[in-house]
Order: sequence, then C-alpha cells, then structure tokens
Amino acid sequence: MSDGLPKTAIYGQTIEAGFFSENPVFRLLLGMCPTLAVTAALKPALTMGLCVIFVLVCANIVVSLMRNLLKSHLRILMFTLTISTFVTIADLFLKAYQPEMSAALGPYIPLIIVNCLIIGRAEACASKNTLDISIVDALAMGGGFTFALCLLAAVRELIGTGNLFDYPVLPNGFQPWASMGMPVGAFITLGLLLAVVNIITRKTRSSK
Amino acid sequence: MSKMLKLFMKESWLLIIAAFCFGLLLSFTYIQLTPKIEQNMRQKINTKLGSLIKAEEYEKIGDYELVSLKRQPMASTVYKAVTNGQVQGWGFTTQGSGFADKIELIVALSSDLSTIKGYAVLASNETPGFGTKIVEPYFKTQFADIPAKPLELEKTGNPDIKDTEIIAISGATVSSSAVVNIINNALEQIKEKMKDKGLL
Repeated sequence: MSDGLPKTAIYGQTIEAGFFSENPVFRLLLGMCPTLAVTAALKPALTMGLCVIFVLVCANIVVSLMRNLLKSHLRILMFTLTISTFVTIADLFLKAYQPEMSAALGPYIPLIIVNCLIIGRAEACASKNTLDISIVDALAMGGGFTFALCLLAAVRELIGTGNLFDYPVLPNGFQPWASMGMPVGAFITLGLLLAVVNIITRKTRSSK
Repeated sequence: MSKMLKLFMKESWLLIIAAFCFGLLLSFTYIQLTPKIEQNMRQKINTKLGSLIKAEEYEKIGDYELVSLKRQPMASTVYKAVTNGQVQGWGFTTQGSGFADKIELIVALSSDLSTIKGYAVLASNETPGFGTKIVEPYFKTQFADIPAKPLELEKTGNPDIKDTEIIAISGATVSSSAVVNIINNALEQIKEKMKDKGLL
C-alpha cells in the first residue's frame, strides 16, 4: 500500500488488486482446496464465497484493531484463533438457516480455518494497515475469490448438468458431461481458466 | 518463578483475553442457534419420513445399538409414524460405506414390520451422474411396498416388478449394492430390537 496517495486511490488500487492483478485464485493460486471442491455447481460456490468474505472481513477487522499489541512470535496463533472463531460462527449460522447448503458443503466450511487466503491477508495486510484499508482489502480479496469460484462453478455446472443455479438453460438435447461435476472437471476447468487469464494478462502487459 | 510468570503474562495476555472473549462469543452464538439447528434436524426427518409414510406425527422412540457392516457398533434411531393414536408405520436410520463417502438412510416399515415402505437418503456423497441415482425415483421406487426380507441385487431384470429383487443402477455401480447391503444389514437387527423392546 503506497503512502502519500489520497484514500480513494488506495481503495481503488486495493479493489483492482483483489479482483484482477492479485486475484487470490487466478493470480496467487491461494485457497485451492475449496476452489476445486465446491465448484461443481453455482449455489455451493456462491455460499462458500460469501462465507469466506464474512470470515475475511471479521478477521481483518480484529487483526487490524490489535495490530499494535501483537507479539510477533505469537501472531500466527492469534490469527488462527480469530479465524477459527469466525468460521465456527459462520458454520453454525449455515447449519441453522441454510441446512441443505451446509450438508452439501460438508467439511469444506470448517476447512475455511486453514484457507491460506485468510491467514495470508491477516499477515500481509491487516496486521500492517489501518482499519479502513483492512476492510476494503478484505472485501476486495473476498470478492475476487467469490468471483473466481463462481466463474469456475458456472462453467462446470453449465457443461456438467446443463443448468445454472439449478435452472435448466441448455436445450433438452444436450447430453451433460458427468465428468465436469467430478474432481477431474475441476482441474481441467481451472487449468483452462488460468491459461485464459494468463493470455489476457500478457496481452494487456505488452500493450502498455 | 514470579519472574517467569511475569514474562509469560507479558507475552501472552492478549492471547488469553482474546481466547476468553472468543469463547464467550462462540458459546453465545451456540446457545442462540442450537434450538434452530435441532428443529432443522427434526424437520428433515419429518419430510423424509413423510415422503414414505403419511402420518400426522413422527415420534422419536429412541436410539438402538446395531452392528454395522464393518462389525462396529452403530446407532440407529427409530421413529414411529402416528395418526390419531394409530401406528401408521415405523422409520429407522442406518448407515454404511458408499462409493466415496458414508451413506445415511432412513428406511420406512409398515406398522407390523412385514413390508418395506421405501427409503430416503439423509446424507450421501456419491459420484454425480451415477451413484447419485440412489436418490432418484428411478431406483428408489423399487424399494417401495416390498416384503421386509433380505433383498437381492440383480444386474438385469424388470425394475417395475415389486419384489425383493432390486435391479442395480449399473453392473459396476457400488452405490446401488451399498444401499441394498446397508438395508439388509440393519433390517433383521432392528426388527429383533423392536420386538425385544415390546414396541409391537
């Protein structure tokens, strides 16, 4: 985060970084476990993304508020404690208000605790920046993560079942590719999307 | 000693306070949400069992210990479907290994335990497009209104004939044999337990 810039410019940079130049999934390849596991359909992918945004925002707020009190050798312990608290809260809320989604996501909600994206943002941003920047960063990074998950899930659900958000969109004659709903579909789609993102990045860089 | 303690407190006071606060926050959330979560569980059982036996009320009878397919102890919950004090049927939960993950079923029996009314899947994680057919009517209807005797899995046959012969999803689909094995394993055991407890 560069100094001396007006606040809005820093916010703009942070948001751009979260969605594009430092997108957690496409550029940093963080949080691959949920990326591959929950993107067979759009609904679970979106739920996972929203949970990550909630946990990321809460964890960044707490870490940012206590950043001057942190002892450097205990900081990872502190981050993990904070993150696991909010993940457990998110898990309980899902079980109470979205029981079907909670059952579909299974162990992947508790596994947000070890999602390196969240601990990475606590370390790289929230423990060094003021509250407002930390919140914008959490929203941008979480948004970028959700965006990437939904993109992957949209491709997989469309080809794997012919539906989007469980509504049939492809014509009746379409034969679903069952493999797209399986782990192999996740790897192939992610690989192809990464290739597309790399091509776009290279093009924009060379045109500058 | 007190020097050590001082150092310890100096380094970790934030961690101790934070852990305490987070603990409070968690217990508060847990207390607030537990009734809702339990209600969801009951509602799920009611809708699943309701799709198999029509009744006004589904009463939980209790948990019985059965032996699983892997010769391990396994808990099974028995439910009674009641309308106007009349027993309409029984439901019991059971589980076992599927292809990728545990399959949890609820099986409905007629009031005299002579007929299987059907089954519903409480939890499963089978292969999309193949194993997931165990939740679809195509496979499930074969279990509706058949004699409560050990079931047999056949690779070919007419799935429309209502008997203890179950036609597999495909010859190589583990999930269909898993469902048959899970039901077979629990069926005799639960009937015995229920007779022992004098539920009939």
